[in-house]
Amino acid sequence: MSVHKHGDSGPGCAGSCCLKVNDLGVNFGSEEVLHDVSFHLHCGEIVALIGPNGAGKSSLFRTILGQIPHTGTIEFQRAGGDKTRPLIGYVPQSPSFDRGDPVSVFDFFSAAISKWPVFLPSPKKLRERVAGCLARVHGDSLIDKRMGALSGGELQRVLLALALEPLPHILVLDEPLSGVDIDGEKQLLDMLDEIRTSYDLSILLSTHDFATLDQYADKVLLLKHQILRVGPPAEVLASPEFQEVFHLDLGKGGRR
Amino acid sequence: MELWYSLVELLPFDWAAPGSMYFMKNALLAVLVISPLFGLLSTMVVTNRMSFFSDALGHSAFTGIAIGTLCGFADPMWMAVLLAAAFALLFTYVRHKSHMASDTVIGVFSSTAVALGIFIATLDGGSFTKFNSILIGDILSVEPAKIGLLAVILLVVILLWLASFNGLMLSSIHPALANSRGVKVFWQEAVFSMAIAVVVTVSMTWVGLLVINSLLVLPAAAGRNLARNMRQFHLFSILAAVVAGIAGLMTSYHIGSSAGASITLYLALWFAVTFLFRQSRM
Repeated sequence: MSVHKHGDSGPGCAGSCCLKVNDLGVNFGSEEVLHDVSFHLHCGEIVALIGPNGAGKSSLFRTILGQIPHTGTIEFQRAGGDKTRPLIGYVPQSPSFDRGDPVSVFDFFSAAISKWPVFLPSPKKLRERVAGCLARVHGDSLIDKRMGALSGGELQRVLLALALEPLPHILVLDEPLSGVDIDGEKQLLDMLDEIRTSYDLSILLSTHDFATLDQYADKVLLLKHQILRVGPPAEVLASPEFQEVFHLDLGKGGRR
Repeated sequence: MELWYSLVELLPFDWAAPGSMYFMKNALLAVLVISPLFGLLSTMVVTNRMSFFSDALGHSAFTGIAIGTLCGFADPMWMAVLLAAAFALLFTYVRHKSHMASDTVIGVFSSTAVALGIFIATLDGGSFTKFNSILIGDILSVEPAKIGLLAVILLVVILLWLASFNGLMLSSIHPALANSRGVKVFWQEAVFSMAIAVVVTVSMTWVGLLVINSLLVLPAAAGRNLARNMRQFHLFSILAAVVAGIAGLMTSYHIGSSAGASITLYLALWFAVTFLFRQSRM
C-alpha cells in the first residue's frame, strides 16, 4: 500500500478533534430515531458503534453524511482550524446485486469516480486508475469480475477501495463485517488498521461482532437511540448498560 | 428524406423500387430510429427494476390521449406527453418519500391512470373503438415529420445518457452511496422516468400500447443473459432491438401482421435463445 497523506493534515492533526457531534437528534415523522447524541471522533482513531438493530446506527451515519435533516450540531475540524466540510468516505451496508447483473467491478468503480460514461469503450488511463485504487485493498484481480459474483469479503474490499478514492478525512463503514467469513474479517480489520496508520484519517464503523472489538477499536459507542456508554472496548463490554441492551442477564446462566 | 429514399432504393426488395411504397420506406427509417432508442432505455429499465413502471407509464399516456381527445385537441399526443411526464415525476416523488414497495406504488398509479382513461374515453356513452389504433399501433402510418421528431428525441436521449448514465447506475445500485458521492439521486431518477414517459408516449401510436413495454424490457433482458459488463450490455441490447425491429417490419410486410407484435415476438425468441446460452452464473 502506497503511503500518501493529506497535505492539510500535518502534525497539528494528531489528537485534535476531527468530528464533534453535539446534541444530535433525528426524527422520522413522529418517530424519534436519535436524541441527545454527542461524541467526538479524533484523527487516527477507530471508533466502533454498537447497538441492537433499529438503534439508529445507519441513521446516524447518514446524518453525518448530510443526507438526513437533524437537530443539534455536527462540527468538523480540520488541522489548521479549517472548518469546511471534510471528505467522508462511505462504505454502505452491503448492497445487493443479482448474480446476473452485468455490472463489473470496473463499471461500478469508474461510474463512481469519473464522468466517462461506462457504456463506452474505456480509456486505458481510467482502467489504470481503477486498478490502482483496487490495489490499495489488494483487490487488483477483481477488476473484471461481476459485482454479483464477488464474495462478501471481496465486495467489502471493493466498497472500501471506492471510499478511499478520493482519500477522505473520515471513513464511515456501515456494518463492514456482515456477510464476511472469518478469514475475510481478519483481512478487512487488518486492512483498516493499515489504512489508519498509512493515511491520516479517522474511522467510524458499526458492527455486531464484539469479539474483535478489543483488537482494533480505540473507542466504542453503545447506541440505542441515544449514547448509552462511551469508552474503551473492554469497559463498554463489561458495563451494565451493555448487558441490559443485549439482554445478557436473561439467559440460562443468569447475570454474568 | 430524399437522401433516405435514394438509399433505400438500392435495397433488393420489391417495395424498395423507386417512386413507390413510401410508407414502407418511412416505416423502415422510423424503426431504425425507434429501436436503438428503446434498446438504450431498456438497459436502465432492467438494471433499475422498472419494467412494471414503464408499463404503467404507457397506461398514463393512454389517459393523456383520452383527456386530449376530450378537450378536442387536434393532436392529443402533446397532452399525453405532458401528463406522462407529470406522472413520472409524481411517481418518483412518491417512491422517494414513502417506504412503500415500488411495485405497490406503481400498482396504485397504474390502476388509477387506466381507470381515469377509460372513464374519460367512455363518458357520455363514448365508444372505445376509436382508441384501438393506439392499443395495436401502426408503424406504416408514420410521417416524415414524426420521424424527425423521433430522431430529435433519440439525440436528446443519447446526450442524456452520456451526461448522466454513471450517476443513474450508481443510484440504482445504492442511493445512499450515490448521494455520498455527489449524485442528485432524486433528479437523476426523475429525469430518466420523464425520458421514458416521453419516448413511450410519442412512439405509442406506431408501436402499440399493448406491446410497447416489451420493447423496453426484452432487449436488455436478453442482453443481460450474455453481457459481462456495461459495454457488452449496451451493445447487445441495442443490436437486438435494431435487428428485431428490422426483421419484425419485414415479417409484418410479408404476412400482414402488426409490426409491433412481430418485433416483440422476435425479441422474445431472442430472449429464449440467450436464456439457453447464458453464461453459467456460478
